[in-house]
Amino acid sequence: MGAGHSHALYVHEHSVVHALAPEAKLVGAFGFVGCVAVTPREAIWAFAIYALLLGLLVSISRIPPGFVALRLTAVAPFILFALFIPFIAAGERIDVLWTTVSVEGLWGMWNILAKATLGAGASIVLTGTTEIPDIIRGMGALRVPALFTSIAMFMVRYLELIADELRRTRVAMVSRGYDPRWLWQARPIASSAGALFVRSYERGERVHAAMLSRGYTGTMPALGHSPATTRQWVAVAGLVVPCAGVAIVALLI
Amino acid sequence: MSTAVTVSALEFAYPDGRVALNGVDLAVEAGERVAVLGPNGAGKTTLALHLNGIHQSASGTVSIGGLEVVEESLPEIRKRVGLVFQDSNDQLFMPNVGEDVAFGPANLGLRGEELGRRVDHALTAVGGEKLAPRPSHHLSGGERRRAALATVLAMEPEVLVFDEPSSDLDGAGRRELVAALSPLPLTLIVITHDLPLALELCPRSVIMRDGRIVADGPTGDLLGNAGLLAENRLELPFGFTLDR
Repeated sequence: MGAGHSHALYVHEHSVVHALAPEAKLVGAFGFVGCVAVTPREAIWAFAIYALLLGLLVSISRIPPGFVALRLTAVAPFILFALFIPFIAAGERIDVLWTTVSVEGLWGMWNILAKATLGAGASIVLTGTTEIPDIIRGMGALRVPALFTSIAMFMVRYLELIADELRRTRVAMVSRGYDPRWLWQARPIASSAGALFVRSYERGERVHAAMLSRGYTGTMPALGHSPATTRQWVAVAGLVVPCAGVAIVALLI
Repeated sequence: MSTAVTVSALEFAYPDGRVALNGVDLAVEAGERVAVLGPNGAGKTTLALHLNGIHQSASGTVSIGGLEVVEESLPEIRKRVGLVFQDSNDQLFMPNVGEDVAFGPANLGLRGEELGRRVDHALTAVGGEKLAPRPSHHLSGGERRRAALATVLAMEPEVLVFDEPSSDLDGAGRRELVAALSPLPLTLIVITHDLPLALELCPRSVIMRDGRIVADGPTGDLLGNAGLLAENRLELPFGFTLDR
């Protein structure tokens, strides 16, 4: 689907990963993240293999490494939290540089660090190679109930409009000298959020009327989405099966 | 000529008690083009929402091509009457224009090539062949309005009801829209307070005020009656003169 550059996470490129059907990519991403999640933290070699596979995937996808690094900063809050664990965790302690830290805490930190980074990396590849409407279509193809996919689709469609209304409201407030610095000045923000909610609700009613006018009876029609081919599923298995193998070996030894 | 739209003694009040329609009578012949004029709050949009059964009458009847608008006839009525809403953003809810145009005919059961043909045909009719893959929030106001029109044309309606077609359009967008609407071989009902647009598109106009129709006649005659326009809070743009 050539829907244009519709979201900031997408990297406009032509690669085999871009061309994969979204449902295959979803299964691949979730499969990869699942394998990473169940791998015991002590199996450092397994995480090295996952990272290698992810790196390979990024290069096949033609997503610039700089872009991946920038997007990875999204997990910074978790990593910040993880950095504290060695200092606050109990158990056996060892000397590192000028201080002592908990061994158990260090493993905890490593666990979060490795899994969060790999998980975020997988989602960066997914969203970098798939437009959001296509991800929602993929969910539909994977039999996610139509109600959920419709809600997600409308959210994506109207989020930008609502953000736009919010921006206009803010400009209108600032234009009339509103420059909040203290909590007790927040009242206009709260009431404008209320107004925004009512406006969105009314828009919902109008959109529903527009849908009814065009013969909507409660189910979204399935529109020209070409399902994943056997070859594409095999390609995805080429990523997930080795990962599952690594996870199983890591769990057994 | 057969009658395309018949509205008789139509009354409607909103749940908060505000009376929006107060005995509307209107007959529109097949192929006729009628502008519904009137000030804000006259009940124009409410009338439009009755023509395809989004609102159902409290009393009185609406018939389209002889078929009365009732719960059971709604699927057929919505095939016959296409409604283009005032805010195109309400009409364009799918991820891109092509899918939005396909939404209606797909609900009618069309699939595959036939569906593709309908979509192409509707987009061509509004001069929007290149709009199909674009997400609607990236369109200009004029493109969005024409895309909204295409979503309705793809249903191949007999009656096209267009609510405020020229609001928020710049001069060029307005001209492109008129060019798209003019050749359509449809019964056309245009709700507007853009009087030059009414004159350009519709030989006949009706004026609504307080939920009823207060004047009905050739558009040129109504617009030439300064007293009538003033009574109904309608004004020709400054410097505009009627060629009569």
